[in-house]
Amino acid sequence: MPQPSSTARINDFAFKIGTVNGTGSASANSLLMQAIFRMGIPVTGKNVFPSNIQGLPTWYEIRVSKDGYTARPEEVDLVVALNTATYAKDVAAVRPGGYLLYDSSWPLDDTLIREGITILGIPFGRMCVESFQGDRERTLLRNIAYAGALAALIEIDMDVIGEMLREKFSKKKSLLDANFTAIRLGYDYAKTHYDCPLPFRLEKMDATKDSILLDGNSAAALGAVYAGATVGAWYPITPSTSLMEAFKEYCERFRLDPATKQRKYCLIQAEDELAAAGMVIGAGWAGARSFTSTAGPGISLMSEFIGLAYYTEIPGVFFDIQRTGPSTGMPTRTQQGDLLSIAYLSHGDTKHIALFPANPEECFYLGVEAFDLAERFQTPVFVVSDLDIGMNDWMCPALKWDDAYRPDRGKVLGAEDLEKIQRFSRYFDTDGDGIAARTLPGASPKGGYFTRGSGHDKHAAYTEDSADYLEVVDRLARKLETASHAVPGPELHLQNENGSAGAIGIISLGGCHAAVLEGVDRLRSEGHSVDYMRVRAFPFAPSIRDFIEAHERCYVVEQNRDGQLRTLLAIETGIARDRMTSVLDYGGLPLTADRVVRGVLHGEASAKSPSYSPAREPAPSLSR
Amino acid sequence: MTSITKPPVRHPSLPKNALGLTKREYEGAMSTLCAGCGHDSVTAALVHALWELDLPPHRAAKMSGIGCSSKTTAYFLRQSHGFNGVHGRMPALATGANAANKSLAYIGISGDGDSLSIGLGQLCHAIRRNVNMLYVLENNGVYGLTKGQFSASADVGSKSKRGEPNVQPPIDPVLLALSLGATFVARSFSGDKSQLVPILKAAMRHTGFAIIDVISPCVSFNDHETSTKSYRYTRNHYHDVAPVDFVPLRREISAEVPDNSVVSVTMHDGSSVRFRKVDENYNPRDRDAAYAYVRARQGMGEVVTGLLYIDESAADMHGVSGTVDRPLVEIPYEELCPGSGALAELMTEYR
Repeated sequence: MPQPSSTARINDFAFKIGTVNGTGSASANSLLMQAIFRMGIPVTGKNVFPSNIQGLPTWYEIRVSKDGYTARPEEVDLVVALNTATYAKDVAAVRPGGYLLYDSSWPLDDTLIREGITILGIPFGRMCVESFQGDRERTLLRNIAYAGALAALIEIDMDVIGEMLREKFSKKKSLLDANFTAIRLGYDYAKTHYDCPLPFRLEKMDATKDSILLDGNSAAALGAVYAGATVGAWYPITPSTSLMEAFKEYCERFRLDPATKQRKYCLIQAEDELAAAGMVIGAGWAGARSFTSTAGPGISLMSEFIGLAYYTEIPGVFFDIQRTGPSTGMPTRTQQGDLLSIAYLSHGDTKHIALFPANPEECFYLGVEAFDLAERFQTPVFVVSDLDIGMNDWMCPALKWDDAYRPDRGKVLGAEDLEKIQRFSRYFDTDGDGIAARTLPGASPKGGYFTRGSGHDKHAAYTEDSADYLEVVDRLARKLETASHAVPGPELHLQNENGSAGAIGIISLGGCHAAVLEGVDRLRSEGHSVDYMRVRAFPFAPSIRDFIEAHERCYVVEQNRDGQLRTLLAIETGIARDRMTSVLDYGGLPLTADRVVRGVLHGEASAKSPSYSPAREPAPSLSR
Repeated sequence: MTSITKPPVRHPSLPKNALGLTKREYEGAMSTLCAGCGHDSVTAALVHALWELDLPPHRAAKMSGIGCSSKTTAYFLRQSHGFNGVHGRMPALATGANAANKSLAYIGISGDGDSLSIGLGQLCHAIRRNVNMLYVLENNGVYGLTKGQFSASADVGSKSKRGEPNVQPPIDPVLLALSLGATFVARSFSGDKSQLVPILKAAMRHTGFAIIDVISPCVSFNDHETSTKSYRYTRNHYHDVAPVDFVPLRREISAEVPDNSVVSVTMHDGSSVRFRKVDENYNPRDRDAAYAYVRARQGMGEVVTGLLYIDESAADMHGVSGTVDRPLVEIPYEELCPGSGALAELMTEYR
């Protein structure tokens, strides 16, 4: 029996639930997270799942943080172990002094009992067998039963849970009753047998009322809808698939002709990613806002078409929801391993605009911006997200829309414009920004031109002449230079309001943001002078170089083995790679603040000693 | 190369079509293919067919991949947008463009290398989607631009210019298309303009994917004694099973004498295609029979030509997708964006 603690921790702890995938635990886990969120408490949920449909271990990690930190926790105070196959791992995962709650229908082997943690058993399986009929119902309701036990142990508001169950099963009375029964089974057992609550517990707050719980793929899909995208082409690949599925769902709601129910969008499931990229480019060429979503293996296949789109100057938006590589890698684990390949994807001299959203909120706003940039610069634009952002529910501010927004279609000459000019030359830059005007097929007899991936001059005519070729490719370089001033600049978190640089400069991007923010707070609280710059786009804005130069010691925090962002920064700014120290984490799980702090402190210690090495450490295993 | 432009000579007596345009206005840049190339005859037939169809040139989109055949999109319809993409990937570009703007006439030109090797997958899936487009496969059994390698359509035993026999079985685009559910399948010969022009016209009017396999001999690398894609071989083994006449909607057809050997198929726009049946047993609306017939004749060493199969009842990609009648590119942004109110309402569902 746990001893009542006099120093109870309120709204600042983490727990995780180990189950078997395909048993319906996902809905119980989101119920838990949503209930905490509705109690007004900042909450994060990370799904650690297998590339499998049914029968393999899966974990769900929930962190509550009164301070609003949303990064993945490195330590958990409570593990709910419901999968006998992973009992050993789960027991080991509890932090010293923490708790293990397991299904005592299947007793814990004596060898698994661990000193220094408190083990609680509740016979969820047995109770459900006694209370419900049929295997399916018993399996599903076992999940609701553990949610009930947690409600007692950490004081989740039962009224909130009740309200959520009623919303979910409003039309299925029998299911509603069964769910209530199951919730009470777990709740009452915990209350009767254990001293509730545990030394860490929840207490209502008012910190989430302007927030939502949303995954990045849904947010990105919503961005595509709001940007006015009409053509989507894709090939299913984890972890990007849910983006296109969400797009379809939103379109079925918002894009049907009211009278005929016909669709104001065309979604094509392509035969592979090569074809998907070609369809996006074909549609962009014809004047639609078009996009795809994919992951690293798809990016590799799209490389040929991306080179064509770059050179023929055709807009298109490519969402890359990164997963681990190389090759097939671990499809259900996260990473930032596509940075270098995307920056210069395809053969020949190519360079691409890429945006790096840090969370679902930015997947929406940067998603919309990607379509504007693609059309303005007539080139492929990548939105580089990852599995953690894309597939996990994040707490973020509710999305807002400005109805004054109108798409930036870029330089497009219509029939009337063409009447006013002598001759249309597709690749002729009239104003020096590197962007030439285009025409859309079918618009006017005066607008026709021949789009070709082979050598072409400024009139779009075939050429093998050096000077004519150089004129075009050098203008393309100028165009991307113009883009570096137009893409979203870095987000700066400076320690000193007067602008004087701190001793330490941290540089990061994308999904690392939450962990880095928290790490920066901790480093500052320990007396370090830290500035943080979050890179939001490529090609790099000039201010990115300024930040690096202003800091004596720079740390580049990213999730890949080779320090790809650091390499890109060195290539593009000309600053020596050794001027920046890598803090790397690439084992496939979302970054933690502890990892950031350790990496920076390791670097700080090394900086004072002659042997200077990048801050790497073995990535944590799944069970730690 | 394809930048050579033709002098804009207009002969005053040249006939004009309903748009007041002469055939010259359906031409493009000067061909840079070898003299006598079958592909140039296909281009000429296409120019003629499009002119006769009164197609406004700028309302067409010319799509192609890479190869000798793919270069020919520069040689007709100079006022149209053209897209010479990457090798074997024209179907994807055409599919995307068609998804965006279905009001244009999509003319895809490909070859046997582009379609049957590197681009086989894309061809198959464009057929399955029934993308509304003309797909001309200029088939010479050989890679011309890279100077004479066998393609996937080369027949077993057919010899290369250097005398090596091909030993791998060929892919027959007609049999492939029939088995994949293509809704318009034809075969013709670049040397028979009288057959090719009406087939091209019918294909242009077909709503759906219209594939024409055109035997188009390569004079530089595959027009010799032992080649089965040569002018001589094709002429000697040519079997016109279903000669076609294309009848546009506006033309009076009452003068026609009823004839039991004629099959008439009404197209979506009301025009019709009529077949003269050379072989009593041939039915161009029976997919299995068409397949069996082509196979049987192949066994006799014959190249069966004509409009071999047509199905005007199948929905094209847009029909299957249930998209609006308007081309998607013409829908104003205001109709596409749900607005701030809808977003605010949606947000309440994520709490």
